[in-house]
Amino acid sequence: MAIVKTERHADMPPPVTQTGVIGWMRENLFSSPLNIILTLVSIYVAWAAISSIVSYAFINANFAGETRADCTGSGACWVFIKARFGQIMYGFYPVEERWRVDVGVILAAIGLFLILSDVVKEKKWPAAYMFVFVPIACFFLFSGGYFGLETVETSQWGGLFLTLVLASVSIFVALPLGIVLALGRRSTMPVVRMLCVGFIELIRGVPLITVLFMASVMLPLFLPEGVNFDKLLRALVGMSLFSAAYMAEVVRGGLQAIGKGQTEAASSLGLGYWQSMGLIVLPQALKISIPSIVNTFIGLFKDTTLVLIIGLLDLLSIVKAGTTDKEWVGMATEGYVFVAAVFWVFCFSMSRYSVWLENKLHTGHKR
Amino acid sequence: MKIASFIAVAATATLMATAATAGTLDDVKAKGFIQCGVTTGLAGFAAPDNAGKWVGFDVDICRAMAAAIFADPEKVKYTPTTAKERFTALQSGEIDVLARNTTWTFSRDVNLGFEFAGVNYYDGQGFMVKKSLGVKSALELSGARVCVQSGTTTELNLADYFTANGMKYDSVVFDSADEVREAYLKDTCDVYTTDQSGLYAQRSVIANPEEHVVLPEVISKEPLGPLVRHGDNQWGDITRWTLNAMINAEEYNITSANVDDLKANSKDPNIQRILGVSGDLGQQMGLSNDWAYNIVKMVGNYGESFARNLGEGTALNIARGLNAQWNKGGILYAPPLR
Repeated sequence: MAIVKTERHADMPPPVTQTGVIGWMRENLFSSPLNIILTLVSIYVAWAAISSIVSYAFINANFAGETRADCTGSGACWVFIKARFGQIMYGFYPVEERWRVDVGVILAAIGLFLILSDVVKEKKWPAAYMFVFVPIACFFLFSGGYFGLETVETSQWGGLFLTLVLASVSIFVALPLGIVLALGRRSTMPVVRMLCVGFIELIRGVPLITVLFMASVMLPLFLPEGVNFDKLLRALVGMSLFSAAYMAEVVRGGLQAIGKGQTEAASSLGLGYWQSMGLIVLPQALKISIPSIVNTFIGLFKDTTLVLIIGLLDLLSIVKAGTTDKEWVGMATEGYVFVAAVFWVFCFSMSRYSVWLENKLHTGHKR
Repeated sequence: MKIASFIAVAATATLMATAATAGTLDDVKAKGFIQCGVTTGLAGFAAPDNAGKWVGFDVDICRAMAAAIFADPEKVKYTPTTAKERFTALQSGEIDVLARNTTWTFSRDVNLGFEFAGVNYYDGQGFMVKKSLGVKSALELSGARVCVQSGTTTELNLADYFTANGMKYDSVVFDSADEVREAYLKDTCDVYTTDQSGLYAQRSVIANPEEHVVLPEVISKEPLGPLVRHGDNQWGDITRWTLNAMINAEEYNITSANVDDLKANSKDPNIQRILGVSGDLGQQMGLSNDWAYNIVKMVGNYGESFARNLGEGTALNIARGLNAQWNKGGILYAPPLR
């Protein structure tokens, strides 16, 4: 019988309407009348938003020029940012000394890359470089006064540079101090425990703005006239202690998630307190707290803008001050948009790094 | 102003603890610059320019003092201060003089222990309306919706003024000056009220400034001026007479352009005294006799500073008004230099 097919028909591809872009769209965007309506409305909203943003920020924007008079378009006038870019980045740091900031940032960036990436497996030397050499080098580079470098007072620091200094110093101090506080809070020694609990609860009980305000306004009143701590130093101490208290609670959360069996197993192996903490408990605890730690860092990074109230001109406040220059009145929107973009870039990178780190350290605990 | 009274208590406590120190001038001369407290940015009064140099009407006071003391207006270091911390900064000696559009009031002068060196800008609360409303006087504003910033004395002055004149109003309250401006532009309210210098600054930001008018009525007194700590009269005198020299120079038409000529040729004894050709006014204050010459030469007189930072031709476009000389319809009246 010739009509009976003996061999198997070759597999046909599924119909075009079921696969690829079209299939996906039929499946996800146009599967029912309601979905069709929702899709069309969403497309319209997205189009309206994106097109107005693009025309504001690019098509109708001004890029060329030097002064306010060059702001002729109906969109953003990036001339403002361009004309004051140096100031926004470095504050009042003398122009001829700005290379020092660049060098410091590059040194720190190299260190960060070595520590954070997978390129170097052995972290001992990068860690020594990053946590000992870089801070010392940056201190001398930024403030000067030695090795023939001209002294640059902290009152001249500003802009993104100041924001980065505030954030990185606070982060560097907060993490180790927070771990110590968290361990202290779980300590069996009553005095240590009470001191740690007292510190954490006291600092967490007040807003950061209050801490800064205390450091800036109240502290000088209690000191004899003529004795002045550096304003930036006061802010740094305030911010570091504040974020250390938050960090302590984050780390404590991680510590509590590690079963008691881990410590007991470590003890039965003959490990002392510091060994069991350092080798067994903390690595696990810190790993599961990564999202919260990064969350705290991101919060801290954005909180640096609060130094505005004590008259330090960080990224946000230097742009704000710039908009009050009578040559540039009315540039507030451009300034704020730019600042928002810079903050977004930094916070988003931190967040992506934490995701990457979580995946790298993923050892099956994840549910 | 809860914060003010709080600072007052704290400041008084400090005053008792540390006896008033003398010799700010010596300290300033020794360190080689004046530490001057300014705002963190207020259009026309103090703001960093593109190159990061502080410029403005208040900044000129500091520059004039540096010119008087060092014959170099650049020998000033600026400390940006916020409204909340400015008094502590002065009290603790962090700054030598505060030139930060600060209103001269009894409690600040007496209770906080400061000495106001004079008034460099007579401000006062005013009203701005859209020209299309056709309003010519604030007394026609009965029933208006008024936009005002919350938690300021502005709100209280507004209530007092409308009650005193038997008028009704709805206040629309916002938290920041930018919000108030946007609300006013979006017709959420008919009237925008704040200090007149602030109104001019806000008007300069609006797309079509000429469509808005600041009404002539001023409903509160806000005399702004530089201030120093109590207890150092010499330093207070230098601050006071630096300002007075600038005002006097304008009165006698001494400008940065003609000052050299006047110094060499003028026969007017007033001008000779001001410029240090005769007399020893500078030495009596511990300065050189050409102190006022240096101020006018390097910074300019009051009118030049006003025109450069606030006046017509700048974005702010503020009329002299109350700040004109006493013989030109204003109330600017500096004691004579003699």
